[in-house]
Amino acid sequence: MIPSLEVKIGNLTFKNPVLTASGTFGYGLEYSQFVDLNLLGGVVVKGLSLRPKQGNPPPRIYETACGMINSIGLQNIGFEAFKNEKLPFLRKYKTNIIVNFFGENLDEYIEIAYLLDSLEDVHALEMNVSCPNKTTEWRKMGLEPELLRKAVKEVRAVTKKTLIVKLSPQVTDIALMAKICEDEGADAVSLINTIPAMVIDIKTRKSMLGTPTGGLSGPAIKPIALRAVWETVQAVKIPVIGIGGIVSAEDALQFLIVGAKAIQIGTANFINPRATVEIIEGIKQFLIEENIKDINELIGSFIQ
Amino acid sequence: MNKLFRAKIIKNEQLTKDIYLLCVESPDEIQSKPGQFCLLKLNQRLDPLLSRPFSIFDHVSGEIKFLYRVKGKGTRILSTFKKDDYITLSGPFGRWYPFPQGDFIVIAGGIGLASVYYLMKRFPKRAYLFYGVREEREILFYDELREITKEMYISTEMECPYTYKGIVTELVKEKCKNLSLPIYACGPMVMLKELKKVVKESQVCYVATEERMACGVGACLGCVIETKEGFKRVCTDGPVFDIRELLL
Ligand SMILES: Cc1cc2nc3c(=O)[nH]c(=O)nc-3n(C[C@H](O)[C@H](O)[C@H](O)COP(=O)(O)OP(=O)(O)OC[C@H]3O[C@@H](n4cnc5c(N)ncnc54)[C@H](O)[C@@H]3O)c2cc1C
Ligand SMILES: Cc1cc2nc3c(=O)[nH]c(=O)nc-3n(C[C@H](O)[C@H](O)[C@H](O)COP(=O)(O)O)c2cc1C
Ligand code: FES
Repeated sequence: MIPSLEVKIGNLTFKNPVLTASGTFGYGLEYSQFVDLNLLGGVVVKGLSLRPKQGNPPPRIYETACGMINSIGLQNIGFEAFKNEKLPFLRKYKTNIIVNFFGENLDEYIEIAYLLDSLEDVHALEMNVSCPNKTTEWRKMGLEPELLRKAVKEVRAVTKKTLIVKLSPQVTDIALMAKICEDEGADAVSLINTIPAMVIDIKTRKSMLGTPTGGLSGPAIKPIALRAVWETVQAVKIPVIGIGGIVSAEDALQFLIVGAKAIQIGTANFINPRATVEIIEGIKQFLIEENIKDINELIGSFIQ
Repeated sequence: MNKLFRAKIIKNEQLTKDIYLLCVESPDEIQSKPGQFCLLKLNQRLDPLLSRPFSIFDHVSGEIKFLYRVKGKGTRILSTFKKDDYITLSGPFGRWYPFPQGDFIVIAGGIGLASVYYLMKRFPKRAYLFYGVREEREILFYDELREITKEMYISTEMECPYTYKGIVTELVKEKCKNLSLPIYACGPMVMLKELKKVVKESQVCYVATEERMACGVGACLGCVIETKEGFKRVCTDGPVFDIRELLL
């Protein structure tokens, strides 16, 4: 008997709980040479803004022990190019298309959410409130509860699509932030985004990246992400999507057991371009071995 | 939908103190062009995490070769692979050198030879090779290079009786005053910078560039380089660029 891997988030059905993490899977096309996108629960595309964005100067990545730091700086092609050049390819696949988005200020968040709402083939929006560059007030919305509240409320008002808010780990109480999203009508939260980090060249005494700091991702952050997901699951009723350092089915299962409704695979795509499908297969095998008929029986089964 | 494969190692030979030649079996369906690269996975563990990019040094039926220099922990691990071990690789990726119509000039700086050897072999007896190394014992594949090139000039930074003493771009300046052939070059950034000064606006000059990579397929935007039209990805928009496009 083949177990059911189907999960629901908002009014969306996912054929399995494995999605790709924004910024690590391009616009789907890049990895379609390795993976049949039809097999995935969903594809979350690179963070999108109204207008194209240049991003930070190189070098933009540096490898650390079991992880990597990136300072991409949200480079992206902008809304129009996404709609005209990327969406036509993606819509051919039977998978959920989730657009991760951000703005330079709250008005831009609202405007892009409004525009995305009108695109038929976009199934859900993932609002990135964890922009690494915190120079303006609105860049702090992932860190300050009242800014977050206002932002989610206003974005919620312009879209009927499933709205996921992606949270930053850089707060004292991530569950509190998730609760705010729930109160303001978000359908789900996803966490965590990368963790601010640094690396220095001791000879030149400069950063190894083109900017002083970047964001840490990969297996190194998995235990932190898992704890954040567990705390959040206990605080909210809306689904929590777990992200951070998942490279194997075993990692993914840990997130599901603590209560994540779905998971996203990020840095693992770089290590193994077939990671997503291998993880789906591994989850399925585990359910068969454990004689679990429906993945929803496993989700949140953590024993304290 | 299959550019990821496990390959058996035919040999991993040490050529100099820190340079190795890795030869692996390749499936028949893998096709490559000079200038392209592969990502080599160094182990099944999570440290080092990312695969490392290497140019295809040569590709003959059933066999792909890589020439690499041990730089850090990844390449050190690579140097410990033995005959009959298996290695996972993906590729070939990236843009290749636009094929030369007639004779052409090749400039290789040190390990940069790894990127241009395949091009010269593919178009034998048409390349004027300028090959720059630090010292005599770093000159690799002397006989083969003599065989496949039309003419070969070598420069060494240290004194050597048979070579030009100095950096390779100086040698190019001295020898190619009147040659207006297309140039193909690969070498360290300082060499490319020098080359940019030497090359006239009207001259065709393709260079292979490097930047740290994560995905190798254009998805992460990690490997960008600055061009006249903004940032471009070394892995998919390059690694081969027209030098006039680059802001070096
Ligand atoms: C398209 C492409 C083709 C390449 N082809 C070859 C080749 O044929 N032969 C060869 O010997 N090398 C080649 N390189 C460089 C090679 O990828 C690096 O030397 C290697 O990744 C270093 O790995 P490491 O783990 O040993 O070093 P690390 O421990 O990661 O770093 C050691 C040192 O190497 C530098 N380094 C790390 N990554 C790169 C990189 N991508 N490019 C340049 N320097 C780097 C670091 O800044 C550091 O100074 C190529 C690079 C690219 C981008
Ligand atoms: C190269 C790179 C680019 C990223 N770009 C984005 C982005 O545009 N928007 C976003 O919300 N998260 C972005 N992220 C964060 C990831 O989606 C994910 O939250 C994080 O990497 C942790 O997961 P991982 O450890 O599985 O990679 C990016 C991560 C990486 C490594
Ligand atoms: S290595 Fe990821 S975009 Fe080039």
